Amino acid sequence: MDSATSDAAVAYLAPTVQQSVKIIITGHFAVGKTTMVAALSEYEPLHTEEALSQAGETVDDLTWTPRKTTTTVAYDFGRLTIDPRLVLYLFGTPGQDRFSGLWEDLTRGAAGAMVLVDTRRLAESFPILDRLEELGLPYAVAVNSFDGAPRHEPDEIRRSLVLPDRTPLVQCDVRHRRSAADAVIALVEYLLVPSPEHP
Amino acid sequence: MSTGGGRRPLVRLHVITGGRGVPRHDVFDDISIVRLREDRVRRDDVVLLGPEPRRVIDLCRFGGLSVVEIAAHLRLPIAAVKVLLCDLFDSGHIKATEQISPDARVSPDLLERVLNGLRNL
Repeated sequence: MDSATSDAAVAYLAPTVQQSVKIIITGHFAVGKTTMVAALSEYEPLHTEEALSQAGETVDDLTWTPRKTTTTVAYDFGRLTIDPRLVLYLFGTPGQDRFSGLWEDLTRGAAGAMVLVDTRRLAESFPILDRLEELGLPYAVAVNSFDGAPRHEPDEIRRSLVLPDRTPLVQCDVRHRRSAADAVIALVEYLLVPSPEHP
Repeated sequence: MSTGGGRRPLVRLHVITGGRGVPRHDVFDDISIVRLREDRVRRDDVVLLGPEPRRVIDLCRFGGLSVVEIAAHLRLPIAAVKVLLCDLFDSGHIKATEQISPDARVSPDLLERVLNGLRNL
């Protein structure tokens, strides 16, 4: 129909690619998720929507029966070709509470999650860490180095977030590809260490 | 953004997916890689498909894409795309990489390769 006009702009996978791995980039509002996806992705982050059904969240005024509400959640993602056969997808997943129902779908099959935090708003990261722990999805934490944000000792941040000793905690400038990649490396190294939490 | 041709459809999603919201079988993950079966799509039967499945085929004619990329380019929710893909899979028009089972961990071999790829950026 109309799609032929767009194909020049579509970044197709190399014919040799056969495998894909997904990593979640999450964090509270405006923490730099999409910036990090953009720094790593080989194309401008793409945008998609997922319909999210929440059963029984509201009650019909007249009949008092639970009504199914459907919300649409939008998120950005990008892709990085790792080798001729393998690509990495990075999903910038909103961490706000109202999106919690989406998480099970989005995190399904994910290798792990990168949690971005802003030292000025550490408390906003608490529910995100809780949810990842509930889902059993291993994560690493990256402190996005915002200009003007107060510098904290890693130990201080670790204590505030109640992070286990083993959980990687790194500094990162999500605008820069090398820095963003190094943060994801810390996560993947952690995923490779066998542990009771992620056997 | 590179979604020029993905015009938002003017019909409701259950029309696009033939009234079904849930794929009959879980063939597709968000990152499953979808490719056309060339032997199949050359045949005339593609014209018999509805407009939405045809958009999927037109998009995929030039190479492989993941489910989430197809959704983004066609501007359809992932769930709707999965339903379309299931039909096209059943009819033999497309093939897909196996989906990772929800409980399975990504294999250490894949993670090692991701690590090397990121180090060599």
